[in-house]
Amino acid sequence: MLTVEKLDLYYGDAQALDGVSLEIPEKAIVAIVGANGAGKSSLIRSIAGMETPARGRIVFEGKDIAGRPSHEVAALGIGQVAEGRQIFPTMSVADNLDLGAISAAAKAKAAESLAYVYDRFPRLAERKRQAAGTLSGGEQQMLAIGRCLMGRPKLIMFDEPSLGLAPALVQEVFRVIKRLHDEGLTIVLVEQNVAVSLKLAQRAYVLETGRIVISGTGDELLHDDRVRQAYLGL
Amino acid sequence: MPIEVYLNQIASGALTGLIYGLSALGLSVIFGVCKIVNFAHGEMMVIAMYAALLAFQWFGLDPLVSIPLVCALLFAAGYALQAGLINRLIDVPDHMQFILLAAIAIAMVSGCLMIFGPNAQNVQLDYAYDSYEIGPLLLDKVRVLAGIAAISVAGLLAAFFRWTWIGKAICACGDNIVGARVTGLNVKHLFALAFGLGSVCIGAAGCILLLLVDVQPFLAVEYTLLAFVVVIVGGLGSLTGALLAGVLIGVSEALAGLFIQPSLKSMFSFGLLILVLLFRPQGLVGKRA
Repeated sequence: MLTVEKLDLYYGDAQALDGVSLEIPEKAIVAIVGANGAGKSSLIRSIAGMETPARGRIVFEGKDIAGRPSHEVAALGIGQVAEGRQIFPTMSVADNLDLGAISAAAKAKAAESLAYVYDRFPRLAERKRQAAGTLSGGEQQMLAIGRCLMGRPKLIMFDEPSLGLAPALVQEVFRVIKRLHDEGLTIVLVEQNVAVSLKLAQRAYVLETGRIVISGTGDELLHDDRVRQAYLGL
Repeated sequence: MPIEVYLNQIASGALTGLIYGLSALGLSVIFGVCKIVNFAHGEMMVIAMYAALLAFQWFGLDPLVSIPLVCALLFAAGYALQAGLINRLIDVPDHMQFILLAAIAIAMVSGCLMIFGPNAQNVQLDYAYDSYEIGPLLLDKVRVLAGIAAISVAGLLAAFFRWTWIGKAICACGDNIVGARVTGLNVKHLFALAFGLGSVCIGAAGCILLLLVDVQPFLAVEYTLLAFVVVIVGGLGSLTGALLAGVLIGVSEALAGLFIQPSLKSMFSFGLLILVLLFRPQGLVGKRA
């Protein structure tokens, strides 16, 4: 569904991504693992059109989207749940969700999507008139996911979705991700919670200083000594 | 002096203040969404005044009637300015943006001077000396119409931001620009729309002001400053704050004119500004940062 080929990204003189290639098959969960500053967010931002790579291709459903602006990429069906949730704090929950329906197709199905989101996250329905900034961290994460779903994406990239959440909520977030996957969405998962994300993932990549150093199935990586030492502390 | 004199003065100051508020709303929208300090604010307003003046001289249009025309013109200019020029400089340091807008401002004043000359010009309306008697008050018809027009335009803008998808999307850019990008909003287009809509406020305020004030190129600097004062007193990003502060400044100017001297009126608006900065820096209606 999505293929990244030999992607190079620079911030000024500093190279953030160095020849990154990866494959996201349709209806898979793909985990991307790595330390802070390894380039995980840079990779997501490049795919989302928020950074312009110097070289390389990003092919989504047969179209090269590298360097296309983010609103075009979103309209093609690549959604993003960003690190830090990035909701609109002074606007109501309902308005936050409403704004997720970007493309004409998504707007046409907005009522249907909204019913789905409220059904999936009843807390959001209870608080739809409340300013989003007054929600708890977990509720804000659900709102960020709900807003992304309003755009009717085919692929969702999650960047640190469990960061800063209480353990019970972390589990809830993973349950939601698994369910979205069961319903047919393709998922890219960047997580500090390496063990859980490798268990969920069919494919996984390890990024180190902008390069893919290990790749394989989630299970293979879970049993890889290098991964166990560096990321699982075993 | 009889009490009616004061009441009249307060009422007419409040009506004038609504125009100040509408104008300041333009500054507030542009800053709130694009984070651009529009140093060409008063200059754009003077251009709007000249546009309304030409519409009057050539076609005999009442400035209130030409509001939609002038607003369309200012919207197009504002959109083009943001989309063509300022969007390219979003990532440069603030002071470079300041210089760009200050340069645009100077070019605008000079342009007006070249085309229209330095003399003050005005419109002669047949209802210029009519007035309404409301209880003890005797209000100039032009001022009442001006106040109504200012409130209507501000209300339309508020409704647009509150009820339309695109209006909400513009607010969202001001609320969380990273959030707007990750959601897939077309931020550059929305910035340009915001600049255009801010310019619409300026355009409408310019048309309305022409009913009360003679236009000349150097008015611009005064009105840029005034808009800054109103926005800071009212609280950045607050629509009601801008209108309220506009009224407050209008009334203080009017009373200063009555008690002391009309030429000292700015002293009171700046005094108010200093008081607000000292005791309520977030502005009267603004939220604490």
